[in-house]
Amino acid sequence: MCGIAGLIHRDGSAGIGGEMTSMLQALKHRGPDSSGFALYGVPRNGDYMLRFKVAEQEDMAHGFDIQNEVKKRKAQVDERIQSSGATIAEEEDATEYAFRYRISFSNGAADDQQQLKRFADYLEDVEGAEILSMGRALELVKDLGDASRVSDQYRLGAFEGTHAIGHTRMATESDVDIRSAHPYWAYPFSDIAVVHNGQLTNYWGFRRDMERRGHRFMSNCDSELIAVYLADRMAGGMALKDAMALSVGELDGVFTYLVATADSLGMAKDTMAAKPMVLYESDTFVGVASEEVAIRSVFRDEIDTWDPYEGEVMVWQI
Amino acid sequence: MADMSERHKSHGMGLHREQLAGRTQQIFFSPEEGENYLYPESFPVDLDSKAEFDAGDMEISAINHKIRELMQAGHGHILVANPLAKHSLGVGILNRLKLEFLGSLGYFGCGLIDGPNVRVHGRVGWSFAENMMAGIVVVEKNAGSTFGAAIRGGDLVCKGDVGSRTGIDQKGGTIIVGGRAGAFSGFMMQRGRMIILGDAGINLGDSMYDGTIYVGGKIESLGVDAVPGEISEFEAEWLERKLAAHGLSAAGGVRNLQKIVAGKKLWNYDNLEPTEKKIVL
Repeated sequence: MCGIAGLIHRDGSAGIGGEMTSMLQALKHRGPDSSGFALYGVPRNGDYMLRFKVAEQEDMAHGFDIQNEVKKRKAQVDERIQSSGATIAEEEDATEYAFRYRISFSNGAADDQQQLKRFADYLEDVEGAEILSMGRALELVKDLGDASRVSDQYRLGAFEGTHAIGHTRMATESDVDIRSAHPYWAYPFSDIAVVHNGQLTNYWGFRRDMERRGHRFMSNCDSELIAVYLADRMAGGMALKDAMALSVGELDGVFTYLVATADSLGMAKDTMAAKPMVLYESDTFVGVASEEVAIRSVFRDEIDTWDPYEGEVMVWQI
Repeated sequence: MADMSERHKSHGMGLHREQLAGRTQQIFFSPEEGENYLYPESFPVDLDSKAEFDAGDMEISAINHKIRELMQAGHGHILVANPLAKHSLGVGILNRLKLEFLGSLGYFGCGLIDGPNVRVHGRVGWSFAENMMAGIVVVEKNAGSTFGAAIRGGDLVCKGDVGSRTGIDQKGGTIIVGGRAGAFSGFMMQRGRMIILGDAGINLGDSMYDGTIYVGGKIESLGVDAVPGEISEFEAEWLERKLAAHGLSAAGGVRNLQKIVAGKKLWNYDNLEPTEKKIVL
């Protein structure tokens, strides 16, 4: 059991960091192992927001030299950013092992998907480095513990933006670590992230197929497949909603997932409708969550909510 | 097997009188023991005595305790404001009561109840009124999945749409859905009636043993061993009365409802106990 939530403000920026924290905290009983946020802020002059880590939280409690090791890894990442023709315009240490950079490209890589992928691969080649997200609007944060803890740790309460998805995890099929936490970035698509509740039963077959097609997997978590699957289909020219509709037939198992892009929020539900999802929609706001109590943590007044049906795919634009 | 010669508290309550030998028809209550028809945790209440409280800032257990306290004090009409979709509210109520939630409930609302009349003015989450024994429960808006799972009796009404697996394992009573019902509704239904006035999703009545499902709209697909049946005059009258009692009606009249029953082709069990079956085999 995990909890997922999503929201979209159609009338401009709002305090989505605080809202998503509140929604995920209301779902804590569905899984307290880790919490994750994919927050979509206001794009800044074509710059990219890079969220990455160079160690797992639990690594920091082991070994005599891990602090120095983390510094070395970060320095290597910095050096590789600069040698790739990018500039670090802004830097923030979210934790001692996870970082937030605003980077500018001066070599045209910002608009070239292949160059961006090579850039990401180059950074991830540093030992322990994992890019959590790299997008013009997307900032992806995930760590161990409940939503309030992660939100406080990464100072997300004041984050302003238009839309977000989030996840609170009960680990069932993979480790309790940041690597296996959601959301998953649809690498290398810069602004696409996925959260999922359920199990995929044809994970290994699909994963082998995707790996043969050149996609990378950072974890053994079945949910990562959805992000990679959507990235693969969209790389083939498919629209987001079409890729999602296809996934409902091709991915086997019980699932409900949410996906967010730079300007939209989508949900898909398997044909058995075995995993929950409640939906609220108004002219200015859309809220979706595993349980209504999450939406009501943002809206205390009575609202009309309903459950999407089996096999349904829905996409909302900002 | 447990030693049934030992007397436990449950024996004093009239439970566990069955003799676990041979084929069993378990007898839990003796008609001669009138006091056993009252649950230990039920309260005599005055249905005209009204009380209301605001649940907005209360924890789930505190809300349920408050309802219990008010019943204990004799209040028979309780209104709960601002339930805010919290889970497991109004559960385990075993006496007559008028209970109103002035908003939405979360998961497992009003489960294990026997007797109260409940009205929810909002939506309800998954597994609402699970294992309900008796009473009348009405939801004014929509409901999540597994609505009325394993209910044994009473009327359970949702005036809006309901999710998948509505009435899964239904063992009695009547479930009425004013709108649409999701996939696998009536899955493994064993007894009772379900009336869906709107459309029904895929695999309706899959593997149902018995019971009857009526559908007013389109049926996406029937489940394994669910087959169409004929509505009798008696049934039509009953349907008319039952829907009218809840202020509902079937578009085009009750005779236009599609009736679904068990084909009973999957019935491959007999009256043998598992141990006896082994000997026969």
